[in-house]
Amino acid sequence: MTVKGNVRFIQGNEAMAEGALAAGARFFAGYPITPSSEIAEVSSRRLPKLGGVYVQMEDEIGSIAAVIGASVAGKKSFTATSGPGFSLMQENLGVAVMAEVPCVIINVQRSGPSTGLATKPAQGDVMQCRWGTHGDHGIIVLSPSSVQDCYDLTIKAFSLAEEYRTPVILLADEIVGHMREKVVFQELQTDEIKVRKAPGCSPEYYKPFRLGEGVTPLACYGGEHVFRVSGSTHDEWGFACSRPGNAEKYIRHYTEKIENNRDRIVLTREYNLSDAEYTIVTFGCTTRSALEAMYIARSTGKRVGVLELVTLWPFAEESVMEACQNARAVIVPEMNLGQVLREVQRVVGRNIPVVGVNKVDSKAIRPAEILDKIREVETCLV
Amino acid sequence: MNSVTVNGLWCKKCGICVEYCPAKVFTAEKDGTPVPAYQEKCTGCGICVLRCPDFALDVGVDVDDGKR
Amino acid sequence: MSSIKYDDYLLKDKLPLFWCGGCGNGNVLGSILRAFANLKFKRQKTVVVTGIGCWGKADDYINTNTFHGTHGRALAFATGIKLANPDLNVIALMGDGDGATIGGNHLIHAARRNVDITAVLVNNFNYGMTGGQYSGTTPEHSFTSTSRYGHIEEGFDLCKLAAAAGAPFVARGTVYGITQLDKLVEQALCKKGFSFVEVITPCPTHFGRLNGLKTASLMLNWIKENSVTKNQAEKMSDGEIRGKFVTGVFVDVDKEDYSTRYKKLQQRAAEAVEGGCDK
Repeated sequence: MTVKGNVRFIQGNEAMAEGALAAGARFFAGYPITPSSEIAEVSSRRLPKLGGVYVQMEDEIGSIAAVIGASVAGKKSFTATSGPGFSLMQENLGVAVMAEVPCVIINVQRSGPSTGLATKPAQGDVMQCRWGTHGDHGIIVLSPSSVQDCYDLTIKAFSLAEEYRTPVILLADEIVGHMREKVVFQELQTDEIKVRKAPGCSPEYYKPFRLGEGVTPLACYGGEHVFRVSGSTHDEWGFACSRPGNAEKYIRHYTEKIENNRDRIVLTREYNLSDAEYTIVTFGCTTRSALEAMYIARSTGKRVGVLELVTLWPFAEESVMEACQNARAVIVPEMNLGQVLREVQRVVGRNIPVVGVNKVDSKAIRPAEILDKIREVETCLV
Repeated sequence: MNSVTVNGLWCKKCGICVEYCPAKVFTAEKDGTPVPAYQEKCTGCGICVLRCPDFALDVGVDVDDGKR
Repeated sequence: MSSIKYDDYLLKDKLPLFWCGGCGNGNVLGSILRAFANLKFKRQKTVVVTGIGCWGKADDYINTNTFHGTHGRALAFATGIKLANPDLNVIALMGDGDGATIGGNHLIHAARRNVDITAVLVNNFNYGMTGGQYSGTTPEHSFTSTSRYGHIEEGFDLCKLAAAAGAPFVARGTVYGITQLDKLVEQALCKKGFSFVEVITPCPTHFGRLNGLKTASLMLNWIKENSVTKNQAEKMSDGEIRGKFVTGVFVDVDKEDYSTRYKKLQQRAAEAVEGGCDK
């Protein structure tokens, strides 16, 4: 139970675990991996007390499989991992997409590829979140930039997962995951916690993959509705179905149920954008440096604003367009070689320069580095 | 007399019933289709029903049959 | 006689079965459905979890709850389902490529963890669905579409593997010994804890064709001739037993299953003072 105004000083990873519990999650399956392990540790202590289940699986493939299974059996479920483990989860992430099973996957990013720098931060999994599992699909990805975000966005992730019957990825990073900050466990309004709706129809008419009005409710195993779940392309009853028209319908559905609701899903935060000559578009831990850069720039009279992408996917096209259209230049700092940069360039077009501040040396991007880039761009523009 | 029926839509002509019926009730057509040609020999043991991999066989046991 | 029949669980409108003529999968499906009927399993309380491969299509014909996931992962999905709702009857259906090769890690860990799931692993010694390539159970010297010069690896003895991993019920049957198989499957379903049944199954289309056993009868006879009971096997030398299918129940012991243990853990956790778990 969260108490109104319950103030804590904890780590981002702990806050994500607490957020999951506050959202009603009662099943965790995972495999230890740095820098996400504290989420498993907190879950293993807290879940049994709440009547929930913590199980440590033999690998990340099994972890996400168990999470998906538990969700269909009626428990809000989640897992937490990092780069190598997230790579292992990709195939079964597709099962959650195809079978439309709500679940939350926390990826505390570390430096890659491969084992990389296991204890060091990075933001290199942006595109893997979007396209890591094979085949066309939509996906929801949230990115926390503070410990408070870790708590709040985990709750949000579970709500979105239930609402759209989809896996939701919480894309954190080592910096945010291991940072300690003040968090307020706010008392949640009842509508903030999505409870899975049982299908309204009588069991013999229940089609778990009915297309049409919104998202069809998912029943739970063990209830009166007997149903089929399949990772194969299936019909509305869940039977494998290889008709070309059927495949087309469902693959479009997986994309459109997310993309067509972009305005309802997307969250951004705007800082000083109304008069900004330079717009910084950023996310996750780098937001913190971007904000500091903005304050420093503003103190010297330079009109800099920040757009923080809280939702990375679906991409906040409208917000990015709006935030950038009147800027002289757009700066995209990120701890990768330009994954969000290319998306921003795609949206903004060629008339406004969009430049990246990209670092993959496992060190956080410093405000000074962002300011240097603004100065450099300024010189070019004069 | 017991009645043995073959569901022609489900049968895949694998020949198992022909080979394994202890009473040799079945013959096979050229293409392998089983025919319960000697139904009078059927003892109603039901092994063909268990052995058929395709749920294609049914044996109706005549309970009044003296053989039972 | 039970008023519930096996075909109460069979989706007849999906027949004929997808499998090749002479494939034993239909027989194993029959054994499972007869066991469901004998045990009066409620469709609502039963979940059949399948992997990928020929046998992975079995759920298409069963009218309980079903979950058709990914290749090799049936037991991992099943673990989540069972732990989330221990009241469910959870049955995992896997092939040899599926459950014992790509998914071997989940098999040994599900056995070790003793999750109350029944695993029915159909072993036809090759990957039928993809054209008969060798798997983790393909016998040495046999021919498959990827071992055309004779297989140089030894196949797993899956029952020994499951037993070594701690499964409280381990058995092997064959499609030839169908009445014995019916009993083994039913015993496994009744077992509280992880129960494992390996079923030796004919694949005349692929394995049979390349090994001189291209008809259903030849393959079934091959299984018959190479099957020995556990009691017979005990009197045979290692050399004599090589290549034989030993049938029977190898392990049947009582062991507290995972969910029962977890319930106790939950009670201990509930009584512990906040932070007490840290000590």
